[in-house]
Amino acid sequence: MTTLRGKTAITGVGHTAWGKHPDRDRLSLMTEAAAAAIADAGLEKDQIDAVLVKMANSAPSILWGQKVAEALGLQPTIGLSLDQGGAACTGLATYAALAIEAGMIENALILYADTPRTGSRAAMHRPRGDDSVMGWYSVAAGYAMLHRAYQEAHAAPPEDFGIIAVQARAHGAANPHAHLRLPLSMEEYLSGPLLIEPMRRDDCCLVSDGGAAIVLGATARARNPARAVPVLGLGQAQESWEVHLRPDLLRTRAEASGQMAFDMAGIDRGDISFAQLYDCFTVTVLQTLEDYGLAPRGQAGAKARAEGIGLDGWLPLNTSGGLLSESGTPGLQLIIEAVRQLRGEAVLQLPAPRFGLVSNQGGTMHTHATMILGEPQ
Amino acid sequence: MTRPTPEITAINRPYWDGLAEGALRFQRCDGCGHAWLPPRSHCPACLGTQTRWEAASGGGRIVSWVVYHRAYAPHLQDRIPYNVAIVALDEGPRLLTNITDSATGEGFATGAPVALTIEEDDGLHLPRFRLRG
Repeated sequence: MTTLRGKTAITGVGHTAWGKHPDRDRLSLMTEAAAAAIADAGLEKDQIDAVLVKMANSAPSILWGQKVAEALGLQPTIGLSLDQGGAACTGLATYAALAIEAGMIENALILYADTPRTGSRAAMHRPRGDDSVMGWYSVAAGYAMLHRAYQEAHAAPPEDFGIIAVQARAHGAANPHAHLRLPLSMEEYLSGPLLIEPMRRDDCCLVSDGGAAIVLGATARARNPARAVPVLGLGQAQESWEVHLRPDLLRTRAEASGQMAFDMAGIDRGDISFAQLYDCFTVTVLQTLEDYGLAPRGQAGAKARAEGIGLDGWLPLNTSGGLLSESGTPGLQLIIEAVRQLRGEAVLQLPAPRFGLVSNQGGTMHTHATMILGEPQ
Repeated sequence: MTRPTPEITAINRPYWDGLAEGALRFQRCDGCGHAWLPPRSHCPACLGTQTRWEAASGGGRIVSWVVYHRAYAPHLQDRIPYNVAIVALDEGPRLLTNITDSATGEGFATGAPVALTIEEDDGLHLPRFRLRG
């Protein structure tokens, strides 16, 4: 059996400022991010032969991948837009790795931009089909159902969720790129307003404008091997069903996705130096830690509180602030921070990390993808 | 903006007609016996097309619930706070609903038994539940 382990590497990363861009549109933000990522990879624009775009959450659009390629002045071999919710960017990296390994393309640009902060938040607030007659609205509500189920099943105190937000905000406060640089104490978390109970305001990620891009290419052909971060493991598994139709609200197919990535990477859970986990809501992080086998069921929050998730903790987590503090953008910023850590270029740099774990997921944990990255060779 | 209305189709019409007639109906597959909601043309377990409608007994249990403190549409402004719950019917199918005993979820628990109460709401008959026992 062949393996994709280490065959491809992330050679370039780039992003815009996070926050508000009232005078920019998605194509403008994506072009800025793409130019930065291509330059970071040491490539010329015309060496990009795949343009792979995650569909914009707030503006689903037909032939979006082609509109992006046009703005970039490219006619790529492979160009597409993928809807997989927040798992899409790692999903696209999987597609790119397979196509590179098959010899179809050499350098894939994976990118995303959206403007929900200054534009429309309708997608986040939307009525959920016919169930809207019961008052079932928004993306957040599904996560609140998972939060309640977790809290009830494990008798988890609110501090188990709060630690995820408090630590993310501490990391974000130290990150000059972060959209929200406001530290959060546990007392402030606990006294924060309820949004959809049991979720508090600070359980919920930011809504940010911005764009991000990465370049994926063959590791052996990287222009600058010392800054090419090899992709060691990739996994996917899709829960798919609406929250209320799932037989079990306490675990998801993230478990299978994580296992696939660890199997490909050929490393153990304990080898991981840090994790950048998709923290759209705090419960997502607790469930992902448990689905990935990094913490016992029902104990992720207690373990995080007891053993730490800061730079010197049991598992340094979301070291640039994640969706809760750096940017609410759906996923690429987590990959970019992992790349920076493994290059030794992060703001809050860990000492000599060897393996980084990234989760991307979307919907209400409907979709999931996992990436394990290694040190440049 | 008013409350949305369900999109009535050939596939889901028996569900909404049933509620207007005082019954919560779900579908069951003649081939494999699987029972489900929401309405579909094919059994999601075996993809069979020989399906029938059954009236639920009305018993169920709470799987999870939330309480909205924010109105995501103008017509919900005077309804907050309100709850939305997942209920598993005794026959198996699950649905999103409201528990009528308390807007804010006082006395709710996962696994708590509930009983169907169909309420007319602005001309639409909706399947809601009350705590039992």
